[in-house]
Amino acid sequence: MAPEVHIAAAGGTDDDGIGTSFDLITTAIAEADDGTGVVILCDLGSAILTAETAVEFLEDDVASRVRIADAPIVEGSVAAAVAAQTGGSLEDVVRAAESAAASLSADVDTAASAPTSASDAPIVVDPEPTAVVNDPAHAEGTATLINASGLHARPAAEFVRMASTFDARISLNGVDAKSLLRIMGLGLGKGAAVSLEATGPQARVALDALIELLESGFGE
Amino acid sequence: MALGIRWTRAWIARTADVIADNRVLLITLDRDIGDGDHGENMDRGFSAVKAKLADVAPDAIPADALKLVATTLISTVGGASGPLFGTAYLKAAGAVAGQAELDGAAIVALLTAARDGIVLRGKAEVGDKTMIDAWTPAVDAATAALAEGKSEIEILQAAADAAQVGSESTDPLVARKGRASYLGERAIGHRDPGSVSAALILRAAADATAD
Repeated sequence: MAPEVHIAAAGGTDDDGIGTSFDLITTAIAEADDGTGVVILCDLGSAILTAETAVEFLEDDVASRVRIADAPIVEGSVAAAVAAQTGGSLEDVVRAAESAAASLSADVDTAASAPTSASDAPIVVDPEPTAVVNDPAHAEGTATLINASGLHARPAAEFVRMASTFDARISLNGVDAKSLLRIMGLGLGKGAAVSLEATGPQARVALDALIELLESGFGE
Repeated sequence: MALGIRWTRAWIARTADVIADNRVLLITLDRDIGDGDHGENMDRGFSAVKAKLADVAPDAIPADALKLVATTLISTVGGASGPLFGTAYLKAAGAVAGQAELDGAAIVALLTAARDGIVLRGKAEVGDKTMIDAWTPAVDAATAALAEGKSEIEILQAAADAAQVGSESTDPLVARKGRASYLGERAIGHRDPGSVSAALILRAAADATAD
């Protein structure tokens, strides 16, 4: 899902027991650090404390590009990896990880509602009702998933990755198309009908590209 | 009578011994309201510390030894006690940097910095059912003893006595930090293991003045 992102595991003690190792964490930070930043995700208690201690022992210039995300470790790692892969900054990646907790509960509400624009930005609406669809700043479209795994894991990541390249707010069945966890949270399988909406300068080209991707079956 | 490297080494060695002696007690307490590894972790950490004591140069100062304890605990104790006690010893070392002999004021500064380090790391408050329930009373007692003009030995004894009482005071508490915080009222009636370790460490500091 995030082939160019370096993820270093640093769980457990030095002798592979349950717990944390300051040395393993320090080594993993160095491994994951290519100069652009490192985001650390932890599970419980001592993992957070040891990670914080490890960061304090880093040289100032390294420490300044390391963050510990306050995020659930599994969901946060997935969101963080995709954010990093799609060119997110250090702060983007932290934000993606930390939004993972909120998205787990938020998904229930947004997915259940009728498809609407996912953003809180005003939609440019032409006074002529039919012009809404033709408005270059707003686009809509539908597609049916034909691939075996539907919009899960790798296809979802590919979809989100593409959506992230466009200058537009995009929603799929009412959820933010640039949020991997929200898309995966829809649990859409093969044969599912999806409805897309986009607002912004690249709304139309985004819709066209995304619908083409969905209908391509993701090469499965 | 100011305390120097000889006292510091004796303190550390006694701590390692008393932690080893109380390993099972600490495991048992932690099994009741935690994940059962506190005694094991502390013993592993302080055994490693004791082994490294031999590396401390004869002309070292207290801060050198305290820093060695800090880094050893941080890298050998696999649980929360590593970063917590490790940071305590690290900040303590910082508080007495450059000093070969520690007078009463330095001892109080050492204990206070240690406590502040634990709070910095773990963010606990008195009443959360943690080692802070032993350390903060110890710091307060030491500070009061200093103000009364007591000797270094008396300051450390006051700290050790207060830490013991503080540790016992955790019995009826509901935990607000750490694994025990998941247990709600089931933690009531059980002593916090970290507070017991803290009390043992501070008692060792007082006893070491006799060495």
